[in-house]
Amino acid sequence: MNRDNSKGKVLIERTLIWGGIQFFLLLIIIGRLYFLQVYEADKYATMADENRISSRIIVPPRGVIYDRNGVPIANNKQNFQAMIVAEQANDVNETLEKFKKLMPLSEKEEARIRRDLKRYRRFVPIKIKEGLSWEEVSKILLVSAEMPGIIVDDGLSRDYPFDKQMAHVLGYVAAVSEKDLKKDNDPLLETPGFKVGKIGLERRYEKELRGEGGNQKLEVNAVGRVMKEIEREDGIAGENLKLTIDSRLQKKAYDLFGEESGSAVVIDVNSGEILTFLSMPSYNPNDFVQGVSQELYGSLLNDEKQPLINKTISGRYSPGSTFKMIVALAALEAGIIKRDTKIGCYGKIDVGNHLFHCWKKEGHGPVNLEEALQHSCDVYFYEVAQKVGIDKIAAMARRFGLGSKTTLNFDDEKAGIIPDKAWKLANLKAPWQGGETLIAGIGQGYILTTPLQLAVMTARIANGGKMIEPSLIPVSEEAISKYKNIKVNPAYMTLVKEGMCSVVNKSGGTAFMSQFDYKGKKMCGKTGTTQVRRITLQERQSGIVKQEDLPWRYRNHALFVGYAPHINPKYAVAVLVEHGGGGSAVAAPIASKLLKEALMLDEEKK
Amino acid sequence: MYKFYKSGFRNPNLTLKEKLYNLNLTYFFFIFLLGGIGVMMLYSAANGDWDVWALKHFIRFALGVGVMVVLTFCDIKIFLRYAYYFYFATLFLLIVVEIAGHTGMGATRWINLGFMKLQPSELMKIALVLALAKYFHSTTLQNIETIRGIIQPLLMAFVPAVLIMMQPDLGTGLMLLFTTGVILFVVGVQLWKFVAVGTGVLVLLPIAWQFLHDYQQKRVLTFLNPERDPLGAGYHIMQSKIALGSGGVFGKGFLNGTQSHLNFLPEKHTDFIFTMLSEEFGIIGAILVLFINFLVLLYSYYFALRTTSYFGKLVIIGLTTNYFLYIFINIAMVLGLLPVVGVPLPLISYGGTVMLSVLASFGIIMAIYVNRNTNLGKD
Repeated sequence: MNRDNSKGKVLIERTLIWGGIQFFLLLIIIGRLYFLQVYEADKYATMADENRISSRIIVPPRGVIYDRNGVPIANNKQNFQAMIVAEQANDVNETLEKFKKLMPLSEKEEARIRRDLKRYRRFVPIKIKEGLSWEEVSKILLVSAEMPGIIVDDGLSRDYPFDKQMAHVLGYVAAVSEKDLKKDNDPLLETPGFKVGKIGLERRYEKELRGEGGNQKLEVNAVGRVMKEIEREDGIAGENLKLTIDSRLQKKAYDLFGEESGSAVVIDVNSGEILTFLSMPSYNPNDFVQGVSQELYGSLLNDEKQPLINKTISGRYSPGSTFKMIVALAALEAGIIKRDTKIGCYGKIDVGNHLFHCWKKEGHGPVNLEEALQHSCDVYFYEVAQKVGIDKIAAMARRFGLGSKTTLNFDDEKAGIIPDKAWKLANLKAPWQGGETLIAGIGQGYILTTPLQLAVMTARIANGGKMIEPSLIPVSEEAISKYKNIKVNPAYMTLVKEGMCSVVNKSGGTAFMSQFDYKGKKMCGKTGTTQVRRITLQERQSGIVKQEDLPWRYRNHALFVGYAPHINPKYAVAVLVEHGGGGSAVAAPIASKLLKEALMLDEEKK
Repeated sequence: MYKFYKSGFRNPNLTLKEKLYNLNLTYFFFIFLLGGIGVMMLYSAANGDWDVWALKHFIRFALGVGVMVVLTFCDIKIFLRYAYYFYFATLFLLIVVEIAGHTGMGATRWINLGFMKLQPSELMKIALVLALAKYFHSTTLQNIETIRGIIQPLLMAFVPAVLIMMQPDLGTGLMLLFTTGVILFVVGVQLWKFVAVGTGVLVLLPIAWQFLHDYQQKRVLTFLNPERDPLGAGYHIMQSKIALGSGGVFGKGFLNGTQSHLNFLPEKHTDFIFTMLSEEFGIIGAILVLFINFLVLLYSYYFALRTTSYFGKLVIIGLTTNYFLYIFINIAMVLGLLPVVGVPLPLISYGGTVMLSVLASFGIIMAIYVNRNTNLGKD
């Protein structure tokens, strides 16, 4: 064979082998294509969708809270924000400089804006300023053509139009905390800028007010920019909430308190609906919505008048003389006293080597129940209590709602203490002392109650024994008809109520100065003055220091519980003025004006 | 050989009429089809815009076709005669680029001619095939089977390959060596020599590893395990697989590839254009493009078979091997079968030099086919 011929033959043979290899390699590619595009197609289709679809939560508007007359007391206010979108600005610095000429920015704000501009992608709007007024918005919009990149965005933010007046009713919303996230797995909580109820009704009805988040499916590109909306499922707006609070009466109470500290509650005696729910001093819940400053929070926290505490439900106070109705009822039921049983008061009694003083040094002389209440005679109740015994007094107190939490269901509500023998043994590991019953007889000692409990107690007395429960949301007729009776002889209740009416309406009654007659409607009630420090024997002899001369925190608490009208009572009231001095001088006038206002507002409605 | 002289009655220089008669227009049709697919995909890659890439691609394709046609009508003897001159001229350009690369910033792979950027490494792919074909054309099988006989072709391949790898362009350099390997194989170098070199390479691989650039090492490592770095280098391969897989059988439709249009797929207009095509047209579109390329390869080997001259045959085989390597490496790369080495899909990917060199190759192949009966003798 020719050598060149065999060279050509080798070339063709080897080329065919190489061709075969290439064919085989192409088959591998087809196999791989089949594997990816047919066999594993579903897996990759899902991954492609995960890439391109971004789900976002649509935040529903929070429910509006209205007072009993439909006046909004917690609202959603339009929150205008000026934002800058770097991508739309020709020159971010130039745009910012122009904005600063329109509206000055603090150094801190500017530093934050510049940091955000660096941190986020160019199409993300960066907040410049929020909470803009209409005027400011129109000022910006007027020159927006000269400031490319500036946009005005309107979100919603919570607004409390009554500022401090409603703080302890409503509480407030604020940014979600780690603790909130642990308790609640609603994805809404992870939305930036979302606010949840922290305290008060905003917290109590958080679920109802919040609503349900909607869902938005967006197509995004690789850098996260939104290309279009694929799907939208609107959420459910939060439920509106109508309260039993009367904003006018609440305002009246707030104004009456002025600089004083304490609590006032007005409650409908037949339904339990709360018309006034005030704790003083108060704070402005609007300060908390966008995050409260350290300085403000610190000053609120360190204030000796404790504006952050809801004293109406978590302040525990000795009821003092306002407890005497309970002692009287317990004694009447036990048959210890009758309507006309008289007990002599000579300023003090001596029990087991201890002297127990009446507030009136010279004594009241012989008094019956009505007179004892009218003058708030301590000796009468010392004697009565001693005879009834602590256990029966405690049992009666509990029937009127003292010593346990109400059905209001606030996290910060306190139960108070109604002591008896078993309680003392269990809690103080000591047997009950006879003298302690006497102290309890004038509502001091271990007994602790909240102002709300005192209002409930008074309402249950006023309505003749219907066991109403306090409520901030309207109570249905059906629920009213289901209230149980306290099962105290109505005659006893009448006796006690007569005593209360004498307190206000008979000359010499401790609240006689606070009486009113509004179209034949009068108030009945009971004063109370409780010591926050012990009066020593030495002091008693040398003359008691005048209240005004004591530092604020050593002054007596002033209390008044009452109801009106005197016939067919409608409203019960409890007023407590911390370190206010005397119940008749300080608390009764406030209660009187409040009840009169409530009656007048009723009249207005007709 | 003598026999051929006797029977060879044709005039070695064909007339234009004869050349036209000898043309294979079906072959050109496939090439136009691929170029058309390229224009279409680049229109889609720019989200339905002609101006970004598609129009330029079309113009370059038209220019490339001009070059192809001019080469088609060249006489085969010219290729043989000037093969070494062309080779050395290209080698000179490579050295120029290498020097410029050191003085300039970073890796330089091209010479700016003003109207286009010329990559000498692409030209070298043609020049080396022509030079090797000329060498083996004029040697004997006995010489090929000796070590001494293949020293010159090996040198001719290694010098430019090393220069290209130093640029650094590992992909092109390896392609050049691989093509040389295939040419050595088809001309009849004994198999044991390949086995010996293969073993040697395996032994030397760990040493060579040290000389790779960081990014090259990373590419290989990422190829071996894409999940190693899902946000960095592995991201490309992962996104490519997602795009392909989600395309399924029928694809998402023209202009509707989400992975490509939302920019999850990187380099969709260059290296990853096959991925985009498969996302929008599914496995059907992918296999169609593969099939057209398969036909181009098949026709090329048919041309080689029909060509009388050893030089002609070898040039066609070499250039076709080159073309095959482009197709295979690019597709295997986007399918995650090979590391991402930056090899485009010829005629479809956006890019000037590769298009020009591939179309020039087709011109040379067609010229040889036109002159298929020309006897070149031994020199």
